[in-house]
Formats: sequence, C-alpha cells, structure tokens
Amino acid sequence: MAQVIVVTSGKGGVGKTTTSAAFATGLAQAGKKTVVIDFDVGLRNLDLIMGVERRVVFDIVNVIQGEARLNQALIRDKRIENLSILPASQTRDKDALTKEGVNEIIEELSKDNDFILCDSPAGIEKGALLALYFADHAIVVTNPEVSSVRDSDRILGVLQSKSKRAEEKRDKVKEHLLVTRYDPNRVERGEMLKLEDVREILAIPLLGVIPENESVLRASNTGMPVILDGESIAGQAYKDAVSRFLGQELPHRFLEPEKKPGLLRRLFGGRAA
Amino acid sequence: MSWLDFFRANRKPEPDSAAQAKERLQILLAHERIGRTREDFLPRLQQDLVAVVARYVAIDPAKVNVALDRGNDISTLAIEIELPSVRSAPAGAVEAARA
Repeated sequence: MAQVIVVTSGKGGVGKTTTSAAFATGLAQAGKKTVVIDFDVGLRNLDLIMGVERRVVFDIVNVIQGEARLNQALIRDKRIENLSILPASQTRDKDALTKEGVNEIIEELSKDNDFILCDSPAGIEKGALLALYFADHAIVVTNPEVSSVRDSDRILGVLQSKSKRAEEKRDKVKEHLLVTRYDPNRVERGEMLKLEDVREILAIPLLGVIPENESVLRASNTGMPVILDGESIAGQAYKDAVSRFLGQELPHRFLEPEKKPGLLRRLFGGRAA
Repeated sequence: MSWLDFFRANRKPEPDSAAQAKERLQILLAHERIGRTREDFLPRLQQDLVAVVARYVAIDPAKVNVALDRGNDISTLAIEIELPSVRSAPAGAVEAARA
C-alpha cells in the first residue's frame, strides 16, 4: 500500500508545484517508487516544472472518463528511475474530477508505488478538496507572510474536517510544515516573520525551511526540479526535508544570513553570489 | 563598521513590521478558529437544548435562538428560548440564560 501525501497551502503562488516536483524527485532518488499527480485541472503546470510538457498525451481526466488507461497517461521520468507523473487536463474544468474516479486511480497506483504525491491547486474548491481527501500526510507549504499563514491555518482546518481520515474518524492526517521563500536577511531586519513565529502560530511539526533562492526560478526555467541542483541551497534544503520525511533527523540549515561581503568587496567586488 | 553605515544610522529606524504581522495574525486566527468550531457545535447545541427543554415545557423549536458573540476579551453564549403563552402563566414569558 502506498502512502498518499498532499502538497497543499490554500494560497496560490507559495511553491506547491515546486515542492511537489522537488519532493517527488527526492523520494524517487531515495529509491522509493513514486508517482506525482497534478490536481490543478484547467491550469496544469507540474508537467512544465518537471520538464515533461512535451510528453503529455493523456491526462487524469481522460483516465477518469475512460478515454485512456492509467498506464497510457503516466509519464515516466527520464532522469530518475522510480518516478512518474500523472498530468492534469488543460482543457476541462475541475468538475471533471470525481471522488470515485480519483479513488480508483489512487487504488490502482497504490499497488505498485511507495508514495503518491498529490499536487493541490490553490483555494478550497473541488480540486483542492479532492487532492487532500485521500491523504495520509499533508505537506503544508507556507510563506512567511500574513495571507499565506492565514490560508495555511484554514487548510489545516479543512484537513481536520473534510479528509477521508477525518470522515472515517481514523487517525488524523499527519501534518508537516514546509516554510518556503524564507529570507534570513529580511528576517534579521524585522521585515519578515521569523521561523519561530510561523511555527508558533500554526503549531504543527516543522519538516523544512526552503530559503528564498535564485536557483528555484532557474530550475523552473529549465524544467528541472530544483532538488536536482545539489549545489543550490534550495536544492539542499529540499533534500534535507525529504530525508527528514523518511525518518532521518537533520538540523535545519540556511536560517541565518550569509556573511556580508566586506567594504572593499562591496565597493569594487561587483555583486555577491 | 564602514563609513557607509554612518549615513545609514542617520535614517529613521523603520518600525518592526514583522512583529505587527505576528500580532495581527495571532488575533485574527484566534477568532477564525473559534468560528471554525462554532459551525460544528452550535446547531447540535440548539437541538440538544430543544430536546431537554421540551421535556418540561411545550416549546416551538423554531423559537429557540442560540448566539455566540465574540468579543476581544470574553465571548458570550446567549441562549434565548421563547415559551408559548399559556393562559395560567403570565403571557409572553421569555427566558434567557446567559453563560
């Protein structure tokens, strides 16, 4: 039986798809058979972030409506073994997803995968509710910013009341906080919520902190999940988060500002990396 | 410290906006979390109240009003049950319980 993980946030643009791509890739790199599903029907983007946009033939809606078999719609990643992607439909709307249809897909994928990652759309409408319904784990992606924290809190409430586990009164969905776009320099200047503040307010276990980093945009430009950029601090932070998810205990990194360049460097040395 | 910092120090210090963010969020979420549970328990509370009171007095279930009023420091739960006017009892008796 596979474990189902939803990557969710409520708010849009905080890094759900970046996280889904990185996390799925990281789990597969760790030898786990992993499939990542894009639930953002109508606005698919996971294919683009994973660099498989030109290989999409069928999508999740085709499978639900019986127009294609699941195996035809799954795209196997060419870089990483054990990793496949089920894209969302670009032309239909969210009503094309049904609970029964998604249930069948997840059951079938459960047979030969270790992890099923569900990349949730923003909001708390049907697509988002279906993405989290079957979850065993929820990775709540949060920016250190008021609207993102508020929406994360809201989505935690939804997880506790509208997930299958909540409906069946089983153990609740396991929650993991992932703070993204964290900028230690701005935190130090008092311009950004501190990690400790976000933790205190949301009060769920911390899985990782991804620093604001140029490598994330570079990765999306090239369609390569940022975790594959092992040199970058964002890539390393994602790798740590995946290891922690798999049970390893690692200290959180990249929480302090990098050393400022000296005066001469600032005057003559050009831009810092 | 470089000579540039001398000019920086002369600028007005900006208020710590992150602290404001934290405070605003804590107040807002405290309220929103109550709102979340309210959806759950108020209708059931109303049903239970009607059932209990109806054991002793004939009441109209439609004339039971349960309201939660959220204030800054304290919140009040107001339960208002209108009793039907019976000839032997004073007309229009309204019982309000506050908790």
